[in-house]
Amino acid sequence: MSKEWPLWEVFIRSQHGLAHKHVGSLHASDAEMAVNNARDVYTRRNEGVSIWVVRAADIVASSPADKGALFEPSNSKVYRHPTFFPMPEEVKNL
Amino acid sequence: MDDKVNYLLRLGDNALILSQQLSQWCGKGPALEEDMALTNVSLDLLGQTRLWYEYAGELEGAGRDEDKIAFHRDAHEFKNCLLLEQPNGNYADTMTRQFFFDTWHYFLVRGLCGAADQRIADIAEKSLKEVTYHLRRSGDLIVRLGDGSAVSHAKTQAAVDDLWMYSGEVFAYDAVDQAMVDAGIAPPADELRAHWLEHVGEIFAEATLAMPAPDAWMQKGGKQGVHSEHLGYILAEMQFLQRAYPGAEW
Repeated sequence: MSKEWPLWEVFIRSQHGLAHKHVGSLHASDAEMAVNNARDVYTRRNEGVSIWVVRAADIVASSPADKGALFEPSNSKVYRHPTFFPMPEEVKNL
Repeated sequence: MDDKVNYLLRLGDNALILSQQLSQWCGKGPALEEDMALTNVSLDLLGQTRLWYEYAGELEGAGRDEDKIAFHRDAHEFKNCLLLEQPNGNYADTMTRQFFFDTWHYFLVRGLCGAADQRIADIAEKSLKEVTYHLRRSGDLIVRLGDGSAVSHAKTQAAVDDLWMYSGEVFAYDAVDQAMVDAGIAPPADELRAHWLEHVGEIFAEATLAMPAPDAWMQKGGKQGVHSEHLGYILAEMQFLQRAYPGAEW
């Protein structure tokens, strides 16, 4: 049976979280079942969470071989890193 | 026994016996996710049992706590409905039993949220979130099984036909239930039954299942402590340790 169930990746935004985080995966026959079961497998029913489920087949990942080309050039160019701007206290979560 | 205590024990016993039954699926579910969902529902119900028993014990004032109530009573003192002590059987049997119960439980708990007894209303409020999810899941699975393959449809229809005669006991109000209605605690039977039939009818239509006659003969007795042959075995297993070492602390 589970051979026919596709894999879904689960992303959860916790109660005080600002963004959905990938928490794991599960098998389900469709999106509705994936959301239903994500509650039991990953949230333990915390209040106020938002769940996203995405069919694993729909996710395109960067290839490890591209790591250098994608991420390294910025490391030697500190002016690209926006860490020199003093932020006012009132601005949260930026 | 005081009507309210009796009523609270009925609520607790329903949740406890079904919880015990569901826990038997642990590690045997048809898929990992189903396994976790079933055992989670079992845990939800066990948590609700504890709240009902705790309040029942306090009201009774005889010094019985939740453990005494769960482990030191025999079958004739249990007041759960007969539906819940029916064997797990196959997955369709378990889910049909669950769906019949969840549908009633949801409308009951929703009604109890407005109970004239604050403690009951609070417990119901807490339970409602869990029960809403239980109902959503069991309805979803009945549709999948009923409207699935020819084999799953046949198995689910057979489960429905087998368990139907246990579905009406919850609406057969006796003096205890009626006292709770009069006290502004329990919702009236006809109101619950109308909701129940409507929801079950909708789900069965979607699941392509034939609904048995609502006015069919219904088996009764659980609430009064007259049980089927299954309960004794369930309790023997559940209470073994406390029977062997009464009063042991853990």
